[in-house]
Amino acid sequence: MKISKALPLAALASLSLVLAGCGGGAASDSSSTGIQVPDLPTASEVGESEGQVNIIAWAGFVEDGSTNPDADWVSAFEEETKCQVNRKVGATSDEMVQLMRSGEYDLVSASGDASLRLIAGGDVAPINTDLIPNFGNIVDGLKGQVYDTLNGKSYGVPIGRGANVLMYNTDHVAEAPDSWAPLWEEDTDYAGKTMAYDSPIYIADAAVYLMATQPDLGITSPYALDEEQLAAAVELLKTQNGLVGEYWNDALKAVSSISSGTVHMGSGWQVIVNLAQGDGGKVESVLPKEGATGWSDTWMIAAESKNPNCAYKWMDYASSAEVNAQISQNFGMAPANALACEGSEANTAHCETFHATDEEYYKQVWMWTTPVEQCVDGRTDVTCTNYQDWTKAWTEIKG
Amino acid sequence: MAVIQETPSPPAPGASQAHPRNSPGDRLSRMLYARPKARLAGLLLLPLGWLGVLYIGSLILLFITAFWTTDSFTSKVIPAFTLENFIEIITVPAYQQTALRTIGIALAVTVLCAALALPLGLYMAKVASPRMRAALAIGITLPLWAGYLVKVFSWRITFSSGGPLDWLLAPLGMTGPGYGTAALIVTLAYLWFPYMAVPVYNAFRQIPDSLFDASADLGAKAWSTVWTVAVPLLKPAFVAGSIFTFSLSLGDYIAAQFVGGKTQVIGTVIASNINLNPPLAAAFGTVPIIVVVLYLFLARKSGALKQL
Repeated sequence: MKISKALPLAALASLSLVLAGCGGGAASDSSSTGIQVPDLPTASEVGESEGQVNIIAWAGFVEDGSTNPDADWVSAFEEETKCQVNRKVGATSDEMVQLMRSGEYDLVSASGDASLRLIAGGDVAPINTDLIPNFGNIVDGLKGQVYDTLNGKSYGVPIGRGANVLMYNTDHVAEAPDSWAPLWEEDTDYAGKTMAYDSPIYIADAAVYLMATQPDLGITSPYALDEEQLAAAVELLKTQNGLVGEYWNDALKAVSSISSGTVHMGSGWQVIVNLAQGDGGKVESVLPKEGATGWSDTWMIAAESKNPNCAYKWMDYASSAEVNAQISQNFGMAPANALACEGSEANTAHCETFHATDEEYYKQVWMWTTPVEQCVDGRTDVTCTNYQDWTKAWTEIKG
Repeated sequence: MAVIQETPSPPAPGASQAHPRNSPGDRLSRMLYARPKARLAGLLLLPLGWLGVLYIGSLILLFITAFWTTDSFTSKVIPAFTLENFIEIITVPAYQQTALRTIGIALAVTVLCAALALPLGLYMAKVASPRMRAALAIGITLPLWAGYLVKVFSWRITFSSGGPLDWLLAPLGMTGPGYGTAALIVTLAYLWFPYMAVPVYNAFRQIPDSLFDASADLGAKAWSTVWTVAVPLLKPAFVAGSIFTFSLSLGDYIAAQFVGGKTQVIGTVIASNINLNPPLAAAFGTVPIIVVVLYLFLARKSGALKQL
């Protein structure tokens, strides 16, 4: 009897929600015609501190010494600006996007696969770079990129970048490889002993390999795939699915696999290689000749930030040479501020390892960008596949 | 005269106890005594509110979300009715295979747990000394004391190449299965074994020894006694245990990520869609619900639900 009473109520509730949804149809239509960006105001000045700032960041980006006593650049900021920093560590780009939509955060350290979604969704506001004096020292290669600049407006303050390298365990791979082929080709010597990144964005890695091996497909950017090109990438990834031992999406899991030799070779981040080496694992990395995908992170400010003054203060503070050097060394990436490569031997050595100012190196690296229907390579005669198509394809690839 | 008039007014010691009859609590209890329906409502208001609003309510919300769609670009949820998510789950081979694979894994875990619980329960209930019985009971429930992630990660190490399992099997000229479906089944069976072993052991204890004696007197061998006497009596316990092992295996995804290698299960598909396409994740989330409801329906026929 209780159920029979509850059912009409539930039906009524869902009906009203459906009706409410009819108005939302227009918004979805507009997104299919191109990147429509909500017009949001930009801050004009930095005023008094609000007393706090809420940040979603990758692990290691916002440290107050509680995880590692040597990593602390938050305390000085809090003292200097009277802005208390509340940090939330995000595990994946998708989670960060979801958290930013909760409206409870002022800043996010967005990677390129998240940033266009945040911009188009009206979740982040354009940035007034005049209010960030340190913006001027950002390396050229990171300014005005497709994933954080739209219609001439800048939405992100670069933090750092890195490449998705080929890592291998020297116990099992004697000779340094120079190609991604062992990860993709059916006749590989490492069947069952390879590892791939577990995310739809990994489809771009297949596209990078196809750019080099199947030029007939006409791929000019791994993030602008029409249906035919996506199908070719999916085909390649399905072949790979038969060859990989496992997929990873947790960096520590990747460290344990490559370090122990359970996996002989795989796609990974430089920081994984460093951690594995730190544990005594015989792990090396290389940027193969076909090029690679990579990522670049930027600070983005929430469109409805409750603490914009503290947020701007943080963006400037974190972009200063010293702090940017600390963040990038703690995380294991190339710093965004060119001056972060100077001042000490450690800084110079770090930038050397991560090719921080080596634009030739990063020319081979395709930075993560959200795939959208409007092809980011500039083609207008076709519709490209979007990230949701990629997500569906990814499920299919993994079977 | 004055004395006589005054005697009733100072309250007697007994009367002072009876006096709070008019306190709010007392009036409430009288009111509840008079109205059985209000009494029942008062008793059940809190648990039913919890069950209905939060517990079932979130399930209903999930079900409603499954009919919505997401903006393909911003991946924001758009509340507009569509059956697309369900059609996709039914028509895309990858989803079908994932669902079937997960059900297969859950059944394998259940069978493995049952196969281990039968001899162990028999030994504990009928053969072991009290001291041994206590030691085994602790052994079975021991894993429940440790953190889930710790247990899963230690299985990850166990199955790693050159790890403890490979080392154990090396003298036999064998190697472990490595990460994959087999490792996943073993890990899940480990995680959920107590939920099978405890009801089976309890059921064994409730079988009178005289039944075994009678069976032996009638000439039955040990195994035919087990199969013809014990197992039918244990059936409800096995079904009750299997509800736990089966439904818990169906929903797990962390173990799959750590020891499953590239094995995709319902949980991992939901996890990979939960941020990008929540309606699809919600729609896929109804698959285990439907499977478990069907399972419970079958279990009810066996009378096992009375054991819970």
